[in-house]
Amino acid sequence: MTLRIFVPRDAAAIAVGADEVATALRAAVKKAGVQAEIVRNGSRGMLWLEPLVEIEREGVRYGFGPVAPGDVEGLVKAGILQGKPVAEIKHPAAIGVVDDHPYMKRQTRLTFARCGVTDPVSLEDYKAHDGYKGLERALALKPIEIVDEVAKSGLRGRGGAGFPTGIKWKTVHDTAGPQKYIVCNADEGDSGTFADRMIMEGDPFLLVEGMTIAGIAVGATRGYIYLRSEYPHAAIALNAAIAAAKKAGYLGPSVAGSSHAFELEVRIGAGAYVCGEETSLLESLEGKRGLVRAKPPLPAHKGLFDKPTVINNVLSLCAVPFILSEGAKAYADYGMGRSRGTMPIQLAGNLKFGGLFETAFGITLGELIDDIGGGTLSGRPVKAVQVGGPLGAYFPRGLFDTPFDYEAFAARDGLIGHAGVVVFDETANMAKQARFAFEFCSIESCGKCTPCRIGSTRGRETMDKVMAGENTSQNLAVIEDLCNTMKFGSLCALGGFTPYPVMSALTHFPEDFGRPARKLAEAAE
Amino acid sequence: MGRHEPWSEERTVGIIADHQKLEGPLMPILHALQHAFGHVPEEAIPVLARELNLSRAEVHGVVTFYHDFRRELPGKHILKLCRAEACQSMGCERLVERAEQRLGVECGNTSADGRVTLEAVYCLGLCATAPSAMIDGRVVGRLDNARLDQLLKEAQA
Repeated sequence: MTLRIFVPRDAAAIAVGADEVATALRAAVKKAGVQAEIVRNGSRGMLWLEPLVEIEREGVRYGFGPVAPGDVEGLVKAGILQGKPVAEIKHPAAIGVVDDHPYMKRQTRLTFARCGVTDPVSLEDYKAHDGYKGLERALALKPIEIVDEVAKSGLRGRGGAGFPTGIKWKTVHDTAGPQKYIVCNADEGDSGTFADRMIMEGDPFLLVEGMTIAGIAVGATRGYIYLRSEYPHAAIALNAAIAAAKKAGYLGPSVAGSSHAFELEVRIGAGAYVCGEETSLLESLEGKRGLVRAKPPLPAHKGLFDKPTVINNVLSLCAVPFILSEGAKAYADYGMGRSRGTMPIQLAGNLKFGGLFETAFGITLGELIDDIGGGTLSGRPVKAVQVGGPLGAYFPRGLFDTPFDYEAFAARDGLIGHAGVVVFDETANMAKQARFAFEFCSIESCGKCTPCRIGSTRGRETMDKVMAGENTSQNLAVIEDLCNTMKFGSLCALGGFTPYPVMSALTHFPEDFGRPARKLAEAAE
Repeated sequence: MGRHEPWSEERTVGIIADHQKLEGPLMPILHALQHAFGHVPEEAIPVLARELNLSRAEVHGVVTFYHDFRRELPGKHILKLCRAEACQSMGCERLVERAEQRLGVECGNTSADGRVTLEAVYCLGLCATAPSAMIDGRVVGRLDNARLDQLLKEAQA
């Protein structure tokens, strides 16, 4: 019986030495003369343990992490290549049964169920782990019934805005057109987010299946994945999955033998953050500057090449196969309020146990940071947490009781965005972070609307004055005024949401701006 | 990073022709040109305009809009340091300063000896193993002074 050893091919694992570990293991296997297959799986998402090496015994996976290339010899000596009972393999990096790890046990993995478990580029493995069951059910339904199923699940766009996915699909379904498109927004550029990257690298067929179902539901025969250029490993995985799906007849003129056609192509972005905005992305796909379009017309009516287009985030499309195979109700049973289902939350920055944590909506920020994330990696107290990427608000500890829910975050002048959580310790200077928010906006602004183009530059200059202690109160009044103009006058979320990090930093950490500190009780209000 | 071929109009026309069947071919063409020539040279712009039936201004506008497209040849190695929030929380700015000092140039420039181009990148999606970098397409996480020095040493060798 061939021994199976797993070493992730996820970029985060590779960044900390997974390729070198795999090479060392291959050499050790050869030297030991044993029958062993090294599978390059996705990441389990426990990123502080990467590279996480797993061995399989009677269908149970045991983990060792983090493993440096130099640790391989020790692992071999401990007996990972032999039939030895796992209990007898003593190694300081041993974490036991991976599925029983508390970090995994506490999650509800619907979208990430297969990520880290399977060989991401093996269609056979995908199908053996319930892959393409959603498509199978979709093919037994009428297109409008697929749309209804997604609508009933309560799925909202996971890219940030939280718009109901079913309504988008219904609009495209109801719009006549000789050519319609499915576009996947894989231009997740928010710092602190890596869920799209992980799922595309760790389970690319899931996205392919989700987009195929979307195509059948709305009558679109072509799909594009607009992938950011910073994710080369995801491009490799997606192209491998598309090629395999094509070969097996899951993509092409007759999807799985049905009368539906669907073609899929990956297109690579070119480092423009603003192309994560859907209309800018469509312009870029057409080969133009990524200038934001004014809405209406909605992309659902006039999208890519002015044709009716569904444009959805990676995670939204990746939620679809589960909704189809298990039913809308099974998905909607998770969550709280109007936030249904699960959210793959990304714990990042200065955190002891950073990683991917998929859970139903409703978990509090404090649980995520202190309990699951284990507090800061530096060991210093948490000062601020930015949720939702560069356009998300900074929250102080006083707001740690906020539940993860679109409306609850909005009520406290924050946003969930793409569910990236970045932790800063007490060494952070929040005036500097506010300045960075303006600076980032000025670098990435597409330049179409004045509040964003000019406001970001003026904001950065004014913050420089504030930080130099120059007329602090007058200049802070200018900052507040600029934020107000940007928030209500910008064409898209880049200019419109830059005030979130700025104003939250100023509101919750006034002492960093030369204003008197607030009392803890006020912060919680 | 392999050596790049010198620009030629013939090769440019060939690359464009290879992509003409695509819908919205300009971005894939620009990536392919940069892959071949290491940058998108000024001379390529009128050729692109002619072959794609666009104005030169339109092509110029696209090339200059995107951070990825270079208008000049980069150094032998390209080191990108992430400067986004998650990496900031783990001290990336100190690493940027260190790299700038060692290379004697500010971020966004190529060292005088032409060995290393130092650039900022805003998020490689390696936010839980921050600070992150990418050197010649290879990703590096948990970057610290020692690892940075090693990367620079390799690149400058």
